[in-house]
Amino acid sequence: MYFGFGGICSHGSQWLLLIPARARQGFIRLTSFLAEYLPILVFFFIAFGLAGFILLASWIIAPQHPDTEKLSPYECGFEPFEDSRGRFDVRFYLVALLFIIFDLEVAFLFPWAVALGDIGLFGFWSMVFFLGVLTIGFIYEWRKGALEWE
Amino acid sequence: MNGLPNFLPALPEIFLVLTVLGLIVYGAIKGEAESRFIGYIAVLALVVAQVLEMSLSPAHSVTFNGLFQSDRYSIYMKSLVLLGSALSLILSFDFQDHEKSERFEYPIFVLFATIGMMMMISANDLISLYVGLELQSLPLYVLAAMRRDTVKSSEAGLKYFVLGALSSGLLLYGASLLYGFTGTTEFSGLAAAFSESSGHPPLGVIFGLVFLLSGLAFKISAVPFHMWTPDVYEGAPTPVTAFFAAAPKIAAMALLVRVLVGPMGPLTAQWTQIIVFLSLASMILGSFAALNQTNIKRLMAYSSIAHVGFALVGLAAGNVDGVRGVLIYMTIYLFMTIGTFAIILNMRQHNRMVENIDDLAGLSKTHPMMAAAMAIFMFSMAGIPPLAGFFGKLYVFLAAVNAGLYTLAIIGVLTSVVGAFYYIRIIKLMYFDKPHEPIDRKVGRDNAIILTATALFILLFFIYPRPIISAATVASTSLFGGG
Repeated sequence: MYFGFGGICSHGSQWLLLIPARARQGFIRLTSFLAEYLPILVFFFIAFGLAGFILLASWIIAPQHPDTEKLSPYECGFEPFEDSRGRFDVRFYLVALLFIIFDLEVAFLFPWAVALGDIGLFGFWSMVFFLGVLTIGFIYEWRKGALEWE
Repeated sequence: MNGLPNFLPALPEIFLVLTVLGLIVYGAIKGEAESRFIGYIAVLALVVAQVLEMSLSPAHSVTFNGLFQSDRYSIYMKSLVLLGSALSLILSFDFQDHEKSERFEYPIFVLFATIGMMMMISANDLISLYVGLELQSLPLYVLAAMRRDTVKSSEAGLKYFVLGALSSGLLLYGASLLYGFTGTTEFSGLAAAFSESSGHPPLGVIFGLVFLLSGLAFKISAVPFHMWTPDVYEGAPTPVTAFFAAAPKIAAMALLVRVLVGPMGPLTAQWTQIIVFLSLASMILGSFAALNQTNIKRLMAYSSIAHVGFALVGLAAGNVDGVRGVLIYMTIYLFMTIGTFAIILNMRQHNRMVENIDDLAGLSKTHPMMAAAMAIFMFSMAGIPPLAGFFGKLYVFLAAVNAGLYTLAIIGVLTSVVGAFYYIRIIKLMYFDKPHEPIDRKVGRDNAIILTATALFILLFFIYPRPIISAATVASTSLFGGG
């Protein structure tokens, strides 16, 4: 999809004739380069406008009955403001690591599934082998007791 | 794209991967009680992989869409790496009996690292190079921190990990620059792109080359990227140190030679000066910094830095003879290192490991055979004829002189004289000093066999050097596109 903004500096640009010739050449080269980024600028404004509109609308339309619990920021299970050196269980790290491995597996599966028609038999079996390797890792962590909290 | 690729060039790797996966499941189900059995199977698997490598690997083949190659060079270097891994794994059994620190993950990590090293040696693309390098490095980080109840071991693991990650970052940055300026990651494509711009490559390519070399120099612990070596060698459990000194260093050197001669071949004039600098700095620092070490594992670390410097002298020559010198040097280095660590692993007083050089005092009175073997290794490392270490140095210095690198060769010889001081000091300690506290009498059977075999190899190399020298000649010729 091309928006065609690149055309603006070559067609409706008589005002450019007011600038001296050499500077004009440089300016045209620069603006035609920048013009390719114009869609991004447009989306930038749309995003800001939309976000501002939604915030404003919810502030005006929604009923407001604030109390302390509602006003305090929510952060899954922890006090949001406390000493950052506070300790928490090292087992959180283990769970997070184990989660990431299988999360990445899914991240690999999506492009594989989309490209399956092109990568053929070898691509198919490569992924099957990868899943097998992960399963072996899963057996290992299970037998080692990494999945038990206590 | 639709058919299956040719698996034959990667057969030893595939065999090792399947074995190690089976061992993980077996170990997870049976638990620590079967650790020794898993260790034996791992050694057996390395031997089988060695046989497969030497008998079935094709002499010239590229597979997996150009990611993986097998040639006579890779066969030679992989055989060395497999031998180093197997020997250091056998050395670890006796240690684990004494320290009661047996874990079945140990042989599995060694196998994983070995697979990574074999991939590095066979890399034919910057991407497979990086994957192989990481597959080698990650198990090594864990191995260094294997004894997590000791502070030194954990510190060694952490240091190695942080600095290793940094060096991988440098290497990747270099690789991305090379890709950016050439548009390809495949070695043959890179070589073609560089020979087009021969003489005056773009500045970005030079930057990429330097970053790539920095990453690889870290892996072979060449100065100025050596800082991790003494700490990691000292902190890691001794069998792990033996493994570090043997296999990964050879694999990284093999990769460095492969990258510089293959894809970077047209840029020889550019990389020669970097290699000359690395070589000089490693020889000088390795020799002088080792002078006042008291811990024998630290001493071996500096000694290995100096050895890398000597091997790089051959690479600096940049021709077939030089690379042949590197191969012979690394072969002899492997035997010397494994033998010396077999002795270090026997340094126990009252059943506790000791690591000070002074603990070797008077070894000739209590263990005459062990002292004789140590003397052979030390004389060989110092480069005294007719021991094998002399021939290793001879071939690299000859190549350097023939290539006109007189200064490098002269400084190399001078630093090897400095090195001779601390090697011979150990011999003096063993033969002329009184023992304060004798080393335990008991010597493990496996260690004794390996010790005897490596000592005989070093001692008798000069009688029949032909098999190794002709194999190294064939391997280095194949790297330069001949044979």
